[in-house]
Amino acid sequence: MNNGAGVRVAYALQQIINGVTLGMIYGLIAVGYTMVYGIIGMINFAHGDIFMIGAFLSLMGLTVLSALGITSVPLALAITLIAACSIAALYGWSVERIAYRPLRGSFRMAPLISAIGMSIVLQNFVQVSQGARDLNLMPLIPGGLKVMEEDGFVVQLSWMQVAITITTLAMLGIFTWLVTKTPLGRSMRACEQDLKMATLLGIDTDRTISLTFVIGAALATVAGMMFLLYYGSINFYIGFSAGVKAFTAAVLGGVGSLPGAVLGGLAIGLIESLWSGYASVQYKNVAAFSVLVVVLIFMPSGLLGRADIEKV
Amino acid sequence: MVRDAGLSALVALGLFSSMIGVRMTQGDDGMTLTGRGGALAAVVAAVFVGRLIMLAWRARRPAGTPSPKRVDAGLSRIGRYVAPVFLIAAIALPLYGGRYFLDTGILVLTYIMLGWGLSIVVGLAGLLDLGYVAFYAVGAYSYALLSTTYHLGFWTTLPIAGVLAAIWGIILGFPVLRLRGDYLAIVTLAFGEIIRVVLLNWTSLTGGPNGITDIPRPTLFGLKFNASGDADTFATYFGLDYSVTQRFVFLYYVILGLALLTNWVSLRLRRLPLGRAWEALREDEIACRALGINVTITKLTAFAIGAMFGGFAGAFFATRQAFISPESFNFAESAMVLAIVVLGGMGSQLGVALAALVMIGGSELFRDFAEYRMLIFGIGLVVMMVVRPRGLVSGRTPSIFLGKRKDIAADLVAQGRG
Repeated sequence: MNNGAGVRVAYALQQIINGVTLGMIYGLIAVGYTMVYGIIGMINFAHGDIFMIGAFLSLMGLTVLSALGITSVPLALAITLIAACSIAALYGWSVERIAYRPLRGSFRMAPLISAIGMSIVLQNFVQVSQGARDLNLMPLIPGGLKVMEEDGFVVQLSWMQVAITITTLAMLGIFTWLVTKTPLGRSMRACEQDLKMATLLGIDTDRTISLTFVIGAALATVAGMMFLLYYGSINFYIGFSAGVKAFTAAVLGGVGSLPGAVLGGLAIGLIESLWSGYASVQYKNVAAFSVLVVVLIFMPSGLLGRADIEKV
Repeated sequence: MVRDAGLSALVALGLFSSMIGVRMTQGDDGMTLTGRGGALAAVVAAVFVGRLIMLAWRARRPAGTPSPKRVDAGLSRIGRYVAPVFLIAAIALPLYGGRYFLDTGILVLTYIMLGWGLSIVVGLAGLLDLGYVAFYAVGAYSYALLSTTYHLGFWTTLPIAGVLAAIWGIILGFPVLRLRGDYLAIVTLAFGEIIRVVLLNWTSLTGGPNGITDIPRPTLFGLKFNASGDADTFATYFGLDYSVTQRFVFLYYVILGLALLTNWVSLRLRRLPLGRAWEALREDEIACRALGINVTITKLTAFAIGAMFGGFAGAFFATRQAFISPESFNFAESAMVLAIVVLGGMGSQLGVALAALVMIGGSELFRDFAEYRMLIFGIGLVVMMVVRPRGLVSGRTPSIFLGKRKDIAADLVAQGRG
């Protein structure tokens, strides 16, 4: 790393590429957090674990398909994506139905504790049912683009990284459209502003909230699948730190704002990757979590969020 | 009803056919899939039957009747007699218990103490702290480092460990306590992780993943508990034959004393203006602010005092184990203590003790099901919140009253009917 400016630039570029990719995954998870938080004002602690379940379902789908003899990678990915998203959406729906809906209107700590309980349940459910060891996947989308080469240091932009970035941005576009332009989005925004008033105006709030959870879970599954394809190794514990970081991203971007979530994810991904590249790999989680603390103290409404005034 | 249960079973089939029905195992030559149709069928059937029973139960009792009130009154009446019985049983336990029994007793009491400490933060002040184990870790490492480096004794270091933990509580609490409840929860969670990662990686100080070994055992007024036969050992001084049980009995009484101290302090604090401010804060923060209570200072004291007891418990943990490593201070531990507090009924001292007894003692009994332990705790948290959000023993006696004392169910307090 000490052979001149060119290599240093190349190194920084590689870290930035990796950081953006990571940030896109966080951003996609963060969208689920931010939508749920926007509507019912609670942290869905189990969201990170839905992401983890999504990754497991994707791995299972890909393994089953390859066992069935389907060799076309795009076809296998598409089938797996659809199957995993629908099952994970069912998980999201069940979590909301079992653990959160009966608690609407209870005292404020109740849904939070219930969410933590649900997160523990999902994590340990996967540990018990699929074992605690890492599960690996062969890389499915190999190859990439050589961006630059400097004194033997090659800056790689893999096709996987391109795919992750494009998918996240496409998802962001689709869901921004969904929230701003469709009847469902209108109900969501109404629930976000005033749940009681929305009920009075004839919006089926239970259905809207359920759908929000379903959408959030599907997005988390997309993120989980990308995580699986990118890192090739998953275990039951990946949801915990990814969940906290994605939540940090959601807060950083401003809770309730979809582009904010992806922007926050990018920031967290870059911080983590640059920190690992230049400071120390061991402390990368400390860096990301410290950002959370700092943001909450100095900028509680985030980059693109509205200030939150508590009314009586 | 059957149709509803059938739908639930269908959802369960959708949920579990992948995760339970198929088991992935990593082999050297790729993934192998094993079908588990039997387990899947059993789980789906259990969901079906469970849903049927639940619906039948609900149909039997008309909705909307606040029935738990009588149960509450009954429970708190029983509680008055149960608590002394438990205390006597706890004091007498070393007389008839064997070594394994004592060891379990020490473990349960450690968790009772942690539960009571966290109960000050969560149960009284209503601040959800998901990183309580961080203070436990601060206490444990304080004692371990001070005793192995500077050869300070347990009783000298115990207060230092408590104070250090309290200082960490203030350092963390000062900036974050202005946050809303759920932000606070996630920041404390992050803080717990930060402490663990630092302990794991600051190898020169903490020994990293290897932890700290050979932590000195506590002494009784300078009398040691070992088999050396020296004049300053407990056995020689009192002219007894040495046995390991002596040390366990001593440790047992130390933690019993510490736990009772925690209990006594929090009971006394509840009667002080400070404790009443905590409870008021839990019920309505905005009203508190309107009444001129300094919210930040009030929260900070709750945080610091809770952290201090966590630090005490940590120092005890270090001396009992004689070995600590970051593995003992992960999020699961925080979640377990939180589960104890929540299941016991937030703010109820007896409830916390019972919950710790059932959860820790229970998991000692069912060692074979160790891997299902956290799963069951998680389900317990959810079920508890859905069924009885204010905990099992939720009847509380108001700390201050006009005219005559009357028990009120906690769920009525929130609605202003207390």
